[in-house]
Amino acid sequence: MKNYGFMKLGMVAALSVMLVACKSADKPVEKAAPAATPPAAAAKPAAPAGGLSAAEIAKRDAALAKTKFYFEFDKSDLSQEDRDALVYHAAQLKANPNMHIRLEGHADERGTREYNLALGERRSKSVSSYLQVQGVAASQMENISYGEERPADPGKTEAAYSKNRRVEMIKK
Amino acid sequence: MIMNKIKLLLAAAALLVAQAVSSQQLVIQITKGVDNPIPIAIVPFEWTGFGVLPENITSVVTNDLHNSGEFAPIPEKNMLGTPHQEKDVYFKDWRFLGSDYLLIGKISKSADSALIQVQYELFDVVGQKRMVGEVISGTEKQLRDISHQISDVVYEKILHVRGAFATKILYITSQRLSPTVTHYQLNLADADGGRAQVLLDSKEPIMSPTWSPDASQIAYVSFESGRSQIYIQNLSTGAREQLTNFQNSSNSGPSWSPDGTKMAMVLSKDGNQDIFVMNLRSRKLDKITTSFAIDTEPSWMPGGKSLLYTSDQGGTFRPQIYQVSLETNWSERVTFDGTYNAKASMLPDGKNIVLIHRAEASDDHVSIMNLERGTISALTDTSLDESPTVAPNARMVMYSSKEGDHSVLNAVSINGRIKYKLPVKEGDVREPAWSPFLD
Repeated sequence: MKNYGFMKLGMVAALSVMLVACKSADKPVEKAAPAATPPAAAAKPAAPAGGLSAAEIAKRDAALAKTKFYFEFDKSDLSQEDRDALVYHAAQLKANPNMHIRLEGHADERGTREYNLALGERRSKSVSSYLQVQGVAASQMENISYGEERPADPGKTEAAYSKNRRVEMIKK
Repeated sequence: MIMNKIKLLLAAAALLVAQAVSSQQLVIQITKGVDNPIPIAIVPFEWTGFGVLPENITSVVTNDLHNSGEFAPIPEKNMLGTPHQEKDVYFKDWRFLGSDYLLIGKISKSADSALIQVQYELFDVVGQKRMVGEVISGTEKQLRDISHQISDVVYEKILHVRGAFATKILYITSQRLSPTVTHYQLNLADADGGRAQVLLDSKEPIMSPTWSPDASQIAYVSFESGRSQIYIQNLSTGAREQLTNFQNSSNSGPSWSPDGTKMAMVLSKDGNQDIFVMNLRSRKLDKITTSFAIDTEPSWMPGGKSLLYTSDQGGTFRPQIYQVSLETNWSERVTFDGTYNAKASMLPDGKNIVLIHRAEASDDHVSIMNLERGTISALTDTSLDESPTVAPNARMVMYSSKEGDHSVLNAVSINGRIKYKLPVKEGDVREPAWSPFLD
């Protein structure tokens, strides 16, 4: 948990650099590319130079494997767990400026279809905004909403609804 | 250019299925009629030609009147005679049966014409007089149209309200074939669900079908390009056009202005969903709302000078109805009761709006709001209601709701007294859009 805290501090530091870069250059991501090593490495001077421990690699891979982000009813806030995973996605996107993602937002079936289309978009944008704050270029991300048109689970239960309120990240 | 050609080819492919007859026939089931429906005798029309006609006019008219919930047709087996012309009508027979009205007719075809003549006459049994009668000609294919026209005349003569049987509906059906494959279809049918046709078949969602005011064109949202875009389709030629092409934006919620020259829509190209109005001739876009909240579901007020829309600018995830003037772009909040008010449309009387209303901890119901009194009353007791659409004579509201695991179409009269549903055999049916009058 302690390491984790350090890592976050490291992220904030890296982020400040990025934001400064943003103000002074048109293409912040490319300029900041050297800083785009995985955040955990930068925050941990004790780690072998340029390398990650097995545990850190496992943690990173688990975070990168998470591409579906779920939301509470009538909410577009990201959970802490999702924010943590998105930090790793951000690092990967910054390290690979040619990588693009499509963020597909969805809603459950309650409420009107067009409002739900907007709600899915709001969720998609809460993911892209978070990634942007982490330094990912807006041009690497595409927002789209399917509203309630493509449920993951067609059921009518709260369990089904909670699977449908989601953003799916598709890397291209 | 190549992309354009591919798009055109895709459009052509989509249209190939446009004439396919839908397997998703809807059948009306009355769930609640008026307490004292008007008894009417509809004598089977006499056919004097050869062969069998493709449509049974008598049964289409009987079903129309019965399904309106306002009429109680007398069973044929109880009839004491089967007159087809005025001189054979004995009013006392029909009074004896308790029938207030009598509809008779005959169908003929002369050897040298492709057209069929349908003659009908309506009588007031109590007043013992002929109310109306005429001859309508048409092809075999138009027999159903002629039937609905007769129903419209009977409805108007007796209830003094224009009938809306000879109108159409658009609706969306979907069938989930597997967790990753769903079939979406845009359908066109008679208002009673008859003669259903598929206009567009896609593996990507289709949403928000709507009519031009002259009923010659429709607009809808399709995801076929990988993102929601608005399309316009001409119903007689089948010609199709993509109206919007904003990337990294939702393009949705099309709504034609009453004069047909503009299209209100929802675009998020500037960051969040706002209402825009496009001039359909110049394609110039005017941004109407600028809130940082969700603004969606625009719907024109009868005069075309302002729009109703749904927005959560007053509280996130608590959408309410607003009205925006197109002259000043000034918005005023319309609804205050309930935690969720959305998808409003104004009735032709300019005084009442139909909307989806959710009271605290309640389900979503099609409701009617009187603007002068500010009161909202639910018209339905179905579950998860959405997409209300008002018949052009403003007597019925059609909408979709959830029943079991599926969505079905329902209708409710504007006074809540009549209810019917139009279920589909399999899959989901939703987002009905009732056409304007077709003449």
